[in-house]
Amino acid sequence: MSEKKGNLYELTKGIIKENPTLVTLLGMCPTLAVTTMASNGIGMGLATTFVLVCSNIVISLLKNVIPKAVRLPCFIVVIASFVTLIEFLMKGYLPALYDSLGLFLSLITVNCIILGRAEAFASKNGVFKSALDGVGMGLGFTLALFVMGSIREILGAGQWMGMDLNLPSTMTLFIMPAGGFFTLGVVIAMVNKIANKKPPQEIGCANCPNAKNCPTFNKEVTEGADS
Amino acid sequence: MKELLVILLSAMLVDNFVLSKFMGICPFLGVSKKLDSAVGMGAAVTFVMVCATICTYVIYSFILVPMELEYLKTIAFILIIALFVQLVEMILKKKVPSLYKSLGVYLPLITTNCAVLGVTILNIDNSYTIIQSIVNSLGAGLGFTLALVIFSGVRSRVNSADIPETFKGIPSTLIAASVVSVSFMGFAGLFG
Repeated sequence: MSEKKGNLYELTKGIIKENPTLVTLLGMCPTLAVTTMASNGIGMGLATTFVLVCSNIVISLLKNVIPKAVRLPCFIVVIASFVTLIEFLMKGYLPALYDSLGLFLSLITVNCIILGRAEAFASKNGVFKSALDGVGMGLGFTLALFVMGSIREILGAGQWMGMDLNLPSTMTLFIMPAGGFFTLGVVIAMVNKIANKKPPQEIGCANCPNAKNCPTFNKEVTEGADS
Repeated sequence: MKELLVILLSAMLVDNFVLSKFMGICPFLGVSKKLDSAVGMGAAVTFVMVCATICTYVIYSFILVPMELEYLKTIAFILIIALFVQLVEMILKKKVPSLYKSLGVYLPLITTNCAVLGVTILNIDNSYTIIQSIVNSLGAGLGFTLALVIFSGVRSRVNSADIPETFKGIPSTLIAASVVSVSFMGFAGLFG
């Protein structure tokens, strides 16, 4: 019974409690760049989910084969292969979405959510749990992108999922880059208000897959301990 | 010559990588706390971008294109960048320890900086020549540095301001970034 509860937890934690974008602040670049429309947000979210689930499964299968010293390059190769796969699939079946996501589809490779989950979860847990973790984190990311995309599309273009809402006036600023930063800031503040906790003071360096190798982060930690 | 100048300035100001293309947001928010670390990170990114552009360009046109393996560019490029960053770190550590001391700490962070992969892929997608690619990467790197330096100044003011509890930390930083981004919108249309 407890096993079952554990699995359910792995699936649901990514959606709200440890939402990769809004709580642990990973994967900010695609969050800001593709959310000018709600449908783009969903497309990007699902593409990332696909890569995340597949790479989590493969990496947890290979976790005993990959030597520790070269694990990050190995993870990146696995991830890049799946990104190439989804690029082909999307180009073939959803050319319109492929065009609007553009460069950011290739950049899923360096999305820190995927590398972060590979390092923090898939390389330590079994295949089934890693797959569930991938689904949960992917859905959490998709949800965040959908919310961001909806806010920006409604306020900025007066449309939602392609429907015209006939708003009396719109603020074009929201679909401009500046609106992306603003919306994300307000959404994170809202989430913190609802969850009733203090907002993160810094970008989540502790969650970064490179944190252990990163002298800047380690220096900050030791300096912080000193002061 | 004029064309190269347009590429340089538009990569730097009009299509600023951080503020209008949203690449490299993590280091933008993470390393912009202090002015000197912002300059160091910017210099390291610019350096890696230019060198990685040369490497990827050569590999793409002399290995991938003749063998019709263009679709492997994402995998090939990220490996080149990872390899290159590792190599630069080792060389600097051995040969130029003073430079390693000032840039070295930022190098491991650069492999997963999407601006570096982004600029190499953009150069190929725009079918730039090797000279244009180098100029474009240089512009992108300088634009990244500029954004980081400006933002580190803005940030030191934001930190001393009195803001509501829920907006403290990252939310207010993002809203400040939005204001800086508005100011860069003024460059739009600079080249007609």
